[in-house]
Amino acid sequence: MEENKRLVKVPTMAEMAANGEEPEVLFWVGCAGSFDDRYKRVTRSFVQILEHVGVKYAVLGTEESCTGEPAKRAGNEFLFQMQAITNIEVLNAYNVKKIVTACPHCFNTLKNEYPDLGGNYEVIHHSTFLQQLINEGKVKVQGGEAFKGKRITFHDSCYLGRANDIYEAPRDVLAALDADLVEMKRSRANGLCCGAGGAQMFKEPEPGNKDINIERTEEALATLGSGSGVIATACPFCMVMMSDGVKNKEQEESVKVFDIAELIAQAEGLSK
Amino acid sequence: MIQLENIIFLIVAGLGIGLFVWQIRKIRKNILMGRDVDLTDNPSERINKTLLVAFGQQKMFKRMLPAVLHLFVYVGFLVINIEVIEILIDGVFATHRVLAFLGPVYSALMFINEILAALVIIACVIFLWRRNVTKVPRLASGVEMRAWPKLDANFILITEIVLMFALFAFNIAGLKLVQMEGGEVAGSYPVSQMFVNIFGDNPTSLHIIERVGWWFHIIGILAFMNYLPSSKHFHIIMAFPNVYYSKLLPKGKFTTNPAITHEIKAMLDPSYQPPAPEMDAEGNPIVQRFGAKDVEDLTWKQLMDSYTCTECGRCTSVCPANITGKLLSPRKIVMDTRDRMEEKGEHPAIFAPNHYKELGVERVETTDEKTLLRGYITPEELWACTTCNACVESCPVNIDQLSTIMDLRRYLVLEESAAPASVNAMFTNIENNGAPWAFSPSDRFNWAEDIYVPSKN
Repeated sequence: MEENKRLVKVPTMAEMAANGEEPEVLFWVGCAGSFDDRYKRVTRSFVQILEHVGVKYAVLGTEESCTGEPAKRAGNEFLFQMQAITNIEVLNAYNVKKIVTACPHCFNTLKNEYPDLGGNYEVIHHSTFLQQLINEGKVKVQGGEAFKGKRITFHDSCYLGRANDIYEAPRDVLAALDADLVEMKRSRANGLCCGAGGAQMFKEPEPGNKDINIERTEEALATLGSGSGVIATACPFCMVMMSDGVKNKEQEESVKVFDIAELIAQAEGLSK
Repeated sequence: MIQLENIIFLIVAGLGIGLFVWQIRKIRKNILMGRDVDLTDNPSERINKTLLVAFGQQKMFKRMLPAVLHLFVYVGFLVINIEVIEILIDGVFATHRVLAFLGPVYSALMFINEILAALVIIACVIFLWRRNVTKVPRLASGVEMRAWPKLDANFILITEIVLMFALFAFNIAGLKLVQMEGGEVAGSYPVSQMFVNIFGDNPTSLHIIERVGWWFHIIGILAFMNYLPSSKHFHIIMAFPNVYYSKLLPKGKFTTNPAITHEIKAMLDPSYQPPAPEMDAEGNPIVQRFGAKDVEDLTWKQLMDSYTCTECGRCTSVCPANITGKLLSPRKIVMDTRDRMEEKGEHPAIFAPNHYKELGVERVETTDEKTLLRGYITPEELWACTTCNACVESCPVNIDQLSTIMDLRRYLVLEESAAPASVNAMFTNIENNGAPWAFSPSDRFNWAEDIYVPSKN
């Protein structure tokens, strides 16, 4: 089927600006989406969806830099503001109006914390973006892998959920798969953190009797019940923590961890 | 006719209220030790929030059983206070059941009152049971649940039960007296009616019981009011202002320090003119610490939070760090803030809670430093936080535990450079590579290679 595929050339803001163009939306990839091997697959899935529906988008490419979010959560306000002010200069120079990102941490800081420093954009998370594409009928969720009857449980990201009250968008996206959605006991506003937020991603946990991701994975596995299933996430840190948890429980053969964008790309037949 | 009893009552009530006002002034002074922050925006949204969360108990209903029981006590407190107002008027002007002129409204009020008083007793007994027999973990355990918080909670519950019994004694004896005299009963007393004969039919002793019940109830209430500032029970007052001043922004938005913004802008652009720093009374510039080391580095709202805390432990019971055995307990952060504030500032009239800090084997290794950080709260606790906001979400009175944790963390990092080594490595990576991991910025766009999509034709 090689002849039915086309190679994607991901457009950058620099190229667009050189051609005197502006994209509808800037896709902020984030550090995990750029460098983490597992999350790069999410980035690529999301780009496939953007290409598939024909959204006029662009990325910053090598001009992108860390939002400073992990520094801010770790208490390093100085480093955070350095990063933010520098990023805002780049974003404002390109006259960026709208940003979509697949990382709730980037999403939260761009949306809530950049305005204080002069960065005012319409920022949406990819779960909301995908929800809109599905609602508008641009993504039909057909032609690919069938998820009907498959057990999926969604793990809420703290920075999407409690931090920004986005609980329904990722669930609406998953509902479009027509799968068997099951909720963990601790979900939505009561969701349990994966353990990686607040810069925990970059350090060893403090002394305790259990790792947080194990606690959460046990809950997810119990919810999925026996047999195969999917833990759906919408955050690169949650993805790492839940995948590690599933490996720790030696369930990686039967239980897969996917980002919602990957599931949509699979269902739409984009990632064959 | 005004008698000696009324004069004594007036003096007792005056002393009780005066002492309470004096204590409130101390607490106000303590809270104002905090940094200033403007929380007067959006009054209509704030009023709505107060109605829903404080008056409406909205967030309590995440857990049904305690919510319903607490509702009995809360509504009981509000409604029975109407009878307390009557008691005050009766006491001052030597009247008897002065509100009885309200007729059927008064009957309904007294009827509801009696039912609620009975429900309060039932609820308080169940609460005592949960604390001391079934030992609900969030109420019975945790390093911060030392002798004083446990004693305080039990003391309040027992006092509430005793106060309700005093009210019933007053109602029963009064009811019996009126019935014996063949007079018309003002009000309706379903519970007292059931027990109307328990005190016998000697008018003298009935009269004494009625008076003792009355005095006990009113002195009990005055004493209880003055106990509040020493107790977790202070939440019955503080919940309302605390919810009114709660954070209206998304929970994920952390504060921005404008002093740092000016510093960076001046660094990036030498022509940038930062605004003149604020001056103190002597004309010296006010230099604020970055982050918080002690209570005066927190905002007054964060200090008010600690006076509002009722030590229910909902925050700690949902904290991912605490659930997995880490030292962090958001409730402890809030309780430590109150203890430290009263050590540094004023302490209430009855108890200085610090004196009830028992010694023992504790994992929390504080130092002798007279500051909130390290003297009470250790870096290990602060570094266990995932900033997930579960504590903030769970708090029925909108305490922002996370903001205090973050301000203490900021002090560790910005003033002491005391972050864990791996976190420092992350900072260095961001500075050098623009990513928290050690990857080359030139590789940032490599993910875009070899992506294919199905062609549309």
